[in-house]
Amino acid sequence: MIEITKENIDKLFAKLDSDTRKSSYFLNPDSDFTRELVEGLIANESRYGYQACPCRLAAGDRNEDIDIICPCDYRDADLDDFGACYCALYVSKDIAEGKTTAQPLPDRRPVKREERPQFREKKVGKGYSELSHPVWRCRVCGYLAARDEPPGVCPICKATKDRFDRFM
Amino acid sequence: MKYEHIGGINKGKVMLFALSTCVWCKRTKQLLNTLGVEYDYIFVDQLQSAEKQETMGELEKWNPRCSFPTLVINDDKCIVGFKEDEIRAVLG
Repeated sequence: MIEITKENIDKLFAKLDSDTRKSSYFLNPDSDFTRELVEGLIANESRYGYQACPCRLAAGDRNEDIDIICPCDYRDADLDDFGACYCALYVSKDIAEGKTTAQPLPDRRPVKREERPQFREKKVGKGYSELSHPVWRCRVCGYLAARDEPPGVCPICKATKDRFDRFM
Repeated sequence: MKYEHIGGINKGKVMLFALSTCVWCKRTKQLLNTLGVEYDYIFVDQLQSAEKQETMGELEKWNPRCSFPTLVINDDKCIVGFKEDEIRAVLG
């Protein structure tokens, strides 16, 4: 079980910082704020086994919570509309560069369980039979991969294989 | 239910529903502390399941989305999220 120590916070912070830079996302430049969120991610990993969003109440069951495992399924839409994700760990370029600051925003996660991305009815694009491979879409960042199976980890946002849907 | 009590200036009944890991909840608590008001808070993520269910039922009456932080003032006004100006206007 991962413990909440300064060393573990530093380690996860450095990993997130490096991952986000490589994929052109941005962490909140307020490092105190961001470190507190990283601490929350470690606390959730320790009690649930996965890094559930620190600002949402997790159910404690991976499939129930999979849409709110950080980065959550709602991050990119919130970055587009508000310049920050719900907890404000991830922010827009403008906020990263200090032109504006992150503000609290409303939660777009559907209240109704059946409307959440992992439970919604999946529509697979037609014309699959004409393609040489099935196409898989990452629910977090939209990355598409034409291969027999989804990748083990999304190369863009690091979401795990179980967060991919068949797209075509 | 296990609400933690923080002493201070009495501005009526002030209740904060929060998560222990949520930074916006922390900012809300810090603001209440800065304003020096008397309030009660509860970390819903730290409750056992029966208590959690009961608390979420209470929270749902005020904020059907059940999001955090939710601040309830005098069993009347509800402020969802860290809305600093709004909180200052009511409790400042």
